[in-house]
Amino acid sequence: MAKGMVIIDVERCKGCGLCTHVCPVNILELSPDTFNAKGYRPVTVTDMDECIGCAACATICPDVVFTVYRQRRQRATATA
Amino acid sequence: MNTTTQIPENMELVYQYPDSMTKTYTHYCPGCVHGIVHRLVGEVLDELDLREKSIGVAPVGCSVLIYNYFNVDFVEAAHGRAPAMATGLKRTNPDKFIFTYQGDGDLAAIGTAEIIHAANRGELISTVFINNAIYGMTGGQMAPTTLPGMKTTSSPGGRDCKIAGYPIKMSEILAQTEGAAYITREAGTDIRSIRKLKKAIKRAFLTQIEGLGFSCVEVLANCPTNWNMDPWESMLWSKEQMTPYFPLGTYKMREEVKALKV
Amino acid sequence: MTKELLKGNVAFAEAAVRNGLQAYFGYPITPQSEALEHFSGRMIELDRVFLQAESEVAAINMVYGAASSGVRVMTSTSGPGLALMAEGLSYIAGSEIPVVVVNMMRGGPGLGNIQPSQADYNFMTKSAGHGNFHPLVLAPANIQEIIDMVGLAFELAEKYRTLVMIAGDGSIGQMMEAAELPPMQEISTARPAWAVTGAVGRAPNLITSLYLGAEKLEKVNIRLQQKLATIEENEIRWQEYETEDAELLLVAYGTVGRICISVLRAARQQGLKVGLLRPQTLWPFPTARINELAAQMQGVLVAEMSAGQMLVDVEHAVAGKTPVRFYGRMGGVIPMSAEILEAVKQVQEEVS
Repeated sequence: MAKGMVIIDVERCKGCGLCTHVCPVNILELSPDTFNAKGYRPVTVTDMDECIGCAACATICPDVVFTVYRQRRQRATATA
Repeated sequence: MNTTTQIPENMELVYQYPDSMTKTYTHYCPGCVHGIVHRLVGEVLDELDLREKSIGVAPVGCSVLIYNYFNVDFVEAAHGRAPAMATGLKRTNPDKFIFTYQGDGDLAAIGTAEIIHAANRGELISTVFINNAIYGMTGGQMAPTTLPGMKTTSSPGGRDCKIAGYPIKMSEILAQTEGAAYITREAGTDIRSIRKLKKAIKRAFLTQIEGLGFSCVEVLANCPTNWNMDPWESMLWSKEQMTPYFPLGTYKMREEVKALKV
Repeated sequence: MTKELLKGNVAFAEAAVRNGLQAYFGYPITPQSEALEHFSGRMIELDRVFLQAESEVAAINMVYGAASSGVRVMTSTSGPGLALMAEGLSYIAGSEIPVVVVNMMRGGPGLGNIQPSQADYNFMTKSAGHGNFHPLVLAPANIQEIIDMVGLAFELAEKYRTLVMIAGDGSIGQMMEAAELPPMQEISTARPAWAVTGAVGRAPNLITSLYLGAEKLEKVNIRLQQKLATIEENEIRWQEYETEDAELLLVAYGTVGRICISVLRAARQQGLKVGLLRPQTLWPFPTARINELAAQMQGVLVAEMSAGQMLVDVEHAVAGKTPVRFYGRMGGVIPMSAEILEAVKQVQEEVS
C-alpha cells in the first residue's frame, strides 16, 4: 500500500525535470513517448505504490504541476 | 492525466495549488526559479489570508507579467521604480499589504536609489528580490550581480571587474539602512533552501503586517536559458558558483522580527 | 471669503490642500520649493500624506503608485526635475490614471538658472515623455488663476483619467499678490472602480501600460487618441482682450500674457488697434479661434520667454492667413512691456 500519491497536471508541466532529481524514491521521469499540448515531455510516475507523499516534487516544481496526498498518521496506539 | 483522481480514504491532502494564484500558465522558461518563488508567494498570501488586502507591484524584467499569475490587484512599475510606487501605495493605503517583486537588473542596477531609500525610510513594504546574475528578458546581458569572469552576451569574454566593476551585494547594503527590519539572502535551488525561503518570505510579509519596518528577501536563483544549462545543472551551478560570492544568511533581523511566529 | 496676500507657490499648494489633496510627493527645486515646504507642514498637520522623495524620479513614481489606488495626488517641480519625471509621466499617461503636476519653468537648457522661463512649452505640450500622448496643459497668468486652475486640474484629470500639468514659471511661483483661496473641501473616501484597492469581491484590478501584442497596443493608442480628441473638443480655454476691432493680434500666455495686457493698453493709447489672445490651455491649443481671428488681422505677434515654441502652434493656427512675427527673450529674462510694444510697432510698420 502506497504511503502517498501525487496527481500531475500534465498540461502545466514544462518538462524541466527538476522533480526527477529530488524525488527520494526515484519514481518520477519525463515521459519517454508522450507530449503535452505545449510540446513538452511531461513528468510521469513510474510506480505510484512507492510514493511516500513527501511533496519534494511539489516543493521544487516551478509550474505547480503536483497535488500531493499522504497517508494520515496512525494514532499512536500501536507499540513501537 | 496519467494518474487516477480516486483518492484513497486514508490519504490527506498535503499540497495543492495556492488559491491566491491564477491557473494561467507562466511564460517562464522550463526550470526557472521564478515559478518556484511565485508559488511560495502564493502559498504565503494564502496562509496569512492576505490576498484580498494585497496590492502587488510588478517590475520590468522576466517577471514583468507576474500580475497574470496572481488573483491580486497589481500595478506595473517602470524599470526599478517598484519601491517608489509601493511607497506611494502604502502611504496612501496603510491598511493594505504592499509587496514588490523585482529582479537584479531592476533592483540592483536601475532601481538602486529607490530600493535603498525605501529601505532607509523603513517603508512598510516587502520586497522579493530574485538574483540570477543575468538579464534574462533582454537576452542574457551582464547584470549588476553577474559573477567575475562570468560570460554573458554583453561580457562575452567574461565579466572583467576592472572594466565593469564588481557584482553588487544588495542584501549587505540594505542591511546597513536603519529602516530595514528584516534583510535575508536565501536560495531557491534545492528542497531545503526552498523550505527555508518560504519561511523567510512569510517572516518578511509578517514584518510588514506587524508594522516593524522594511523587509527584503533576496533569492539566489537560476537562468537555465541564458546560462546555457539544463535546469538541474543550473540549480547546482547557482549553489556552487553564486553562493560563495553571495553568502546565504540573515543580514538584518530586528528583535521584534525575530520574535515573530513563522 | 476675502483676499489674502499670497506667494504663487504657497497659493497653489494651499489651493491643492483645500481641493482635497490626499497625498503630495516631491523633491525640492527652485523656483517652486516653497510649495513643497508648504505641503510639508499642512499635509502632516491635516493627517494627510507628504513625503520628500530621494529624487524626482522617485517622486513621480510615488505619485504613480498613489494615483493607481484612486486617491487625489500631485507633485510639483521645475524643468530639470520635470525631465527626470518624464519616464513616470509616460507611464501615468499610458496607464490612464489621473495625476496633476505643476511645472514652474526656469531658464534652460541644462542646469540653466532659476529665473522665469517658458522654454518647457514643447516638452510639456508635445508629449512630456516617450510614446503617443499629450498632457492637458493649463497656463495661469496670475496668482488667482493658478489657484483656480488647481481645482480645475483635479477635475479634468479625474474626469478624463489623464495627466494634467500646470505650466507656471518662476515669476508666478515667486511673486506675491492678493488672491482668494477656495473653501476647504472634504477629502473623498470613495475610490473609483478601476483603482487597486485589494481584490475584494471582484476580479483583480491591474494598472499597467504594458500591452505586448502590436494590435492590442495599437487599439490602446487609438482609444487614447480618441480620448485626447474629446479633450480637444471640450477643454480648449483662452481669454481675449479687445479683439473685436483689432487689426493686430498679440498671442502670449502665462507671465508674458499678463505683460501683454499692459502692451495692449499702451498700444491702444497710441492708436494702434491691438488685440490679445491669451491661451489658458497650451494643449489643447486654441487653434480654431486663432485661425478665425487671423482673418481680420493685418499681422500676428507671438511673444514668449523662449526661442519661439508656441510660435509654431500659432503659425499652424494662422495657416498663412496673415504674417506671424515673434518676439522672445530667453535664459530667464522677462521681456519689458516697452520691448514688446516696440515689436508690435515694427510688425505694424511692416504690414501697413
